[in-house]
Amino acid sequence: MEALPILTYPDPRLKQTSEAVTQIDGELVAFVGQLKQTMYAGPGGVGIAAPQVGRFQRIVLVDVSPKLKDKCHGFLTLINPRLLEWNGMAVGREGCMSVPDFTGNVIRAEEILVQAQDLNGREHAYEFEGFEARAVQHEMDHLEGLLFLDRLVSRNADLFKRKRYK
Amino acid sequence: MKSQAILTVIGQDRPGIVSAVSQALYNAGCSIEDASMMRLGGYFAIMQVLRYPRDLGSVEAALDSATKKLDLKMHLDPVAPYSGAAEIPPNCRVTVFGADHPGIVAHVTGALAEVGFNIIDLNSHLSGGEDRPVYIMTIQGSAPGGVDAVEAALSSVRAEESVEIRVSPVDTLML
Repeated sequence: MEALPILTYPDPRLKQTSEAVTQIDGELVAFVGQLKQTMYAGPGGVGIAAPQVGRFQRIVLVDVSPKLKDKCHGFLTLINPRLLEWNGMAVGREGCMSVPDFTGNVIRAEEILVQAQDLNGREHAYEFEGFEARAVQHEMDHLEGLLFLDRLVSRNADLFKRKRYK
Repeated sequence: MKSQAILTVIGQDRPGIVSAVSQALYNAGCSIEDASMMRLGGYFAIMQVLRYPRDLGSVEAALDSATKKLDLKMHLDPVAPYSGAAEIPPNCRVTVFGADHPGIVAHVTGALAEVGFNIIDLNSHLSGGEDRPVYIMTIQGSAPGGVDAVEAALSSVRAEESVEIRVSPVDTLML
C-alpha cells in the first residue's frame, strides 16, 4: 500500500467543505488505512484530514505520540468530529503538508472537547490540550476548507490581544 | 531579469501611506517580496525587499511624488539577489517585560549574541502610564544551542535588569 498524493495549495479543492460520513464499511476502513500510511509518510506525520488527499468526507487522523510519547491519546481516527467546548488561547507555529515550504503563527484554543465516532461507529468524547489540541483543530479546519493560512496572526496582534485579555 | 533593492520609508502616520507607496512601485513595474510595515510611536515605517525591472532611478522617480505629497523620508538601495533558501526557521522565543529603563535591549541581546542566537524578529512596545512605564519585548530567532543555552545565558540578565524573561521553544507543528 502506497501513500496517497497530497493536494497542495493553491488547489481550489482544499477550500471545499467536506460531507459527513454516513456509512462505515470495509471500503472506508481500507481508505483510513491508506490515509494513516500517508500521514506517517509525511514530514510531520502527526495528523491528516481526508480532504488533503481529495476525499471530501469528515475524517481526521491524529497521532502526536512521536512528540508527546504517552502524554496524549496516541493514534485516533475521528469520524464526523464536532467541537463541543474550547478554552484558552495560545499562539503556536504551524506547517502543513498541503502548504509546503511555509510555516506561520496561528492562535488556537489550548483545551478542547471533541465528540467523534470511531471506525466502529461508536461515539466518544475526547479532551485534548496543548500540542494535541492544536493538531486536532488544524485537521478539523481542513473539513471546513480552511488552511492555517486562513488563521495567521502577526506577533504584534498577538501581543495586543493578550494585553486585553489579562 | 529583475534586480533586487531594499526600500525603507518613514513618515508621520496617516491613512494612505502604504497605498501611495505600493501604487508607485506597481506603476514602476516593481514587485514586492518580503515586507514589514508598522506604526512606531506616531510614525509609520515601511521596510521591504522589492524587485525592479529597469534602472533604480526610474523607481526612485516613481516614488518621488508619493513621498513628497505625504512628507515621507525614503531610502532605496540595490542589494545582491537573495533566494532565501538558507534561512533557518526560529526555534526559540524570548519574552521580556519589566519597569522601563535604559539598557534592557542592549543587555538581553548582548547575552543572546554571546550564545550565537540569530534574531529573526524583534518587536517591542513601551506601555503603561507615564509615571510607571512598562517595556515589553518579544524576540524570535534561532538558537544553535537550543532553549537551555538561551535560558542559561539570560539568567544573570534577569537579575541585573530586574525584568521578567521567558524563554520558550518554538515548536513548529507539521501537519
